[in-house]
Amino acid sequence: MSEKNKILLIGYGNPGRQDDGLGPALVEKLGVNKPGFLTLESNYQLTVEDAYDVALHEIVIFVDAVIDGKIPYSFQVLHPRGMGPLLSHSLAPQSVLYLARTLFCATTKAYLLGIRGYEFDQFEEKLSSKAGANLNAAYDFLIQQFDINNTESGPVNIDIFY
Amino acid sequence: MSKTRVIEVEPVTRVEGHGKISIHLDEDNNVQESRLHIVEFRGFERFIQNRPYWEVPVIVQRLCGICPVSHHLAASKAMDLIVGVKKLTPTAEKMRRLMHYGQIMQSHVLHFFHLCSPDLLFGFDADPRKRNVMGIIDEKPELAVQAVMMRKFGQEIIKATAGKKIHGTGAIPGGVNKNLSIGERDFFLKDMEQMKTWSLSALDLAKNFTRDNFEKVGGFANFNSSHLSMVREDGALDLYHGNLRAIDASGNIIFNQIDYQRYYDHLMEEVRSWSYMKFPFIKKRGHLDGWYRVGPLSRLNTCGFIDTPKADKALQEFKGVTGGKPNHMSLAYHWARMIEVVHCVEKIEDLLNDPDLQGDDLVAHGERQEEGVGVIEAPRGTLIHHYKVDESDQVTFCNLIVSTTHNNEAMNLAVSKVAKKYLSGQPKITEAMLNHLEVAVRAYDPCLSCATHALGQMPLTVELYDANNNKIDGMSTAL
Repeated sequence: MSEKNKILLIGYGNPGRQDDGLGPALVEKLGVNKPGFLTLESNYQLTVEDAYDVALHEIVIFVDAVIDGKIPYSFQVLHPRGMGPLLSHSLAPQSVLYLARTLFCATTKAYLLGIRGYEFDQFEEKLSSKAGANLNAAYDFLIQQFDINNTESGPVNIDIFY
Repeated sequence: MSKTRVIEVEPVTRVEGHGKISIHLDEDNNVQESRLHIVEFRGFERFIQNRPYWEVPVIVQRLCGICPVSHHLAASKAMDLIVGVKKLTPTAEKMRRLMHYGQIMQSHVLHFFHLCSPDLLFGFDADPRKRNVMGIIDEKPELAVQAVMMRKFGQEIIKATAGKKIHGTGAIPGGVNKNLSIGERDFFLKDMEQMKTWSLSALDLAKNFTRDNFEKVGGFANFNSSHLSMVREDGALDLYHGNLRAIDASGNIIFNQIDYQRYYDHLMEEVRSWSYMKFPFIKKRGHLDGWYRVGPLSRLNTCGFIDTPKADKALQEFKGVTGGKPNHMSLAYHWARMIEVVHCVEKIEDLLNDPDLQGDDLVAHGERQEEGVGVIEAPRGTLIHHYKVDESDQVTFCNLIVSTTHNNEAMNLAVSKVAKKYLSGQPKITEAMLNHLEVAVRAYDPCLSCATHALGQMPLTVELYDANNNKIDGMSTAL
C-alpha cells in the first residue's frame, strides 16, 4: 500500500436532485484552491471501493446532505459499524469505514459533515437558496479547520474533534 | 367465495430501486398468483423534452446512480446520429468501448460478490445473520478484497475515460472529448495480470456453483423463453455495437441482424394496471407469447461466439451444459455474468495496448438529422434510447426501454415459479422462503430505478398479509 495521504474528503449525492447534491457541491467549491494535503472525491453514492481510498489516508471526511439535521451543518466523529445484509450498491459511511478497517487494516480517523438541505424531490441541478447558504457556512468551517495557510503540513485543528 | 391470503415482500432487497412482490394464497396456503410490482414513477422521458440535444448524454446520467455510464453511452450513440455521424473515429470508438467494458466489469463484479455470493456460498436458506456480505468478509476475506479491487479498477477506467465519476462528459455527440494518456494507460496496464487472474477465479466460482448444484439450479426459476440482444455482424458477442437478434426457446431465429434504428417495427411495450414498469414483447409474436429475456444469459444464448479466447472457451463450456440449446436457468445468469467479466478484462487489455487510444482525432462531423436511436448492451441487458430533435436543437421526443424493463415478464415468471415451488402448501412462511423469491429476482440484477425512470434510494421492509388483507405481525423480515 502506498504512503498515506493526509485527508480524503468524499462528497456524495445526486446533483440532479436539488439539495441532494450538497456533498458534490462542496467538493467542487474546495477544488478551486485545493491545498496539497487534501484529496477530493465525489460520487452519486458511497460504494465498496471507497474503502480502499479511505485506507490510504490518515483522515476521511464524508460529506452528505441531510434532511433533518442541524442548521447549517453538523460535524461529528464517525465510528465503523458492521454491516447488515447489503441491500444495494450503496453503503453508509460507517460501513465504508468498517470495510476499510476490516479488509485493509485502516487506522483512518473519520468524520461526517452533514449539510442541511431542504429540497430533494425534483429533477433540478440547482441547490435551494437556504442550502446554498448552509454550503457556504460548511465551507468556511472546513477552511478554518484545514488551516489553509499551512498548505503543506495542515490541517492542524481537525484532530481536536476526535 | 374462497378466501385468499396475500404475502407482500416490499421492497425487494439487494436490487436497485423499489419493488414489491405480492403472493396470493388460498385457504390451503397454495399459491394462486404472484407478481413483482414496481411502485415508483417519475417520468424522465418528459423531463428530457425541450432540453438541447448536446446536454442529453450528461443529463440522462441522472436516471440512475448505478448505471449512469450505460445511459451516457446509449444517449451519445443516439446523438451521434443527430449530428449525422454514422461512424466514429477509431480513437473515439475505442475510448467509448474502454469506458463501457470498465462499466460492465465493475457492475457485474459488485453484483456477484457483494449482493449474490452470500446466497450462493452459504445457501439460500442459511442463517440471514451469516448470509450477507459480512459473512463473506468473515469467512472469505480474500473474495471481499478481490471484489473491491476489481470494482475500483473498473471505476478508475470510467473516471479516466468519462472524465469524472459524476455526470461524466467523455462521450459527446460525434465522438469523445479526450483520449487516454500514456500515463493513464500504464496505470491500468500494471494491474492487468491481477485482473485477469481474478476474473478467471470469479468465473470458476460461478461455474462451480452451477455445476455443483446443478439439480437445484436446473429446478429453480427455470422456464422457456425467447432471448434478445445485439450481436455483431458475424454473430459475435458485442456489448457496444451491433444489430438486434432474437431467438425462441429452442434457439430458432425470430429475427436477425435488425438495424436497431427501427427497433419499434419489432418490439412493442404493453402497460398493465398493477405496475409502472412496462412489458415489452416481440411484435410479430404478440403480447402473450412475444415476451423475452435480455442480459448476460440472453447474450450468451444469442451470440455465436466471443472474440476473446478465454471468454470464448468459457462460452463453449457454458453452451455445452445445454447441448448448444438456449440455457433458460435464471441462476445461470451468474455464470454468464462472470464469463462477460472475463471478456471485458480481455477487451480492456487489448484496448490498452492499442495506440489508437492516444490518437488526437476525437470527433467526426456530418449533416444534422432529426432522429436517432442509440442501443448498447448494458450490464443488465439491451438499453434503447430514442430521441427526436427539432430545428432549434431541442429534444421533442424521448423513449427509453431500459434493460430491466425487457426482463419484466421473466422476473414475474421467476417469482411465480419459485413461490409455487417453495411457498405453496406451507403452514408457515419463513424468512428463508421469502429469500428464495428475492434470489430469483436478484439473478436478473434488476435496476428498478432505471426501469421506472425514477431516482433515489428507497426504504426496505417486508410485509405479510393474511386472508383478509390484514398485515400479519411478526413477518416483517430482517431488513
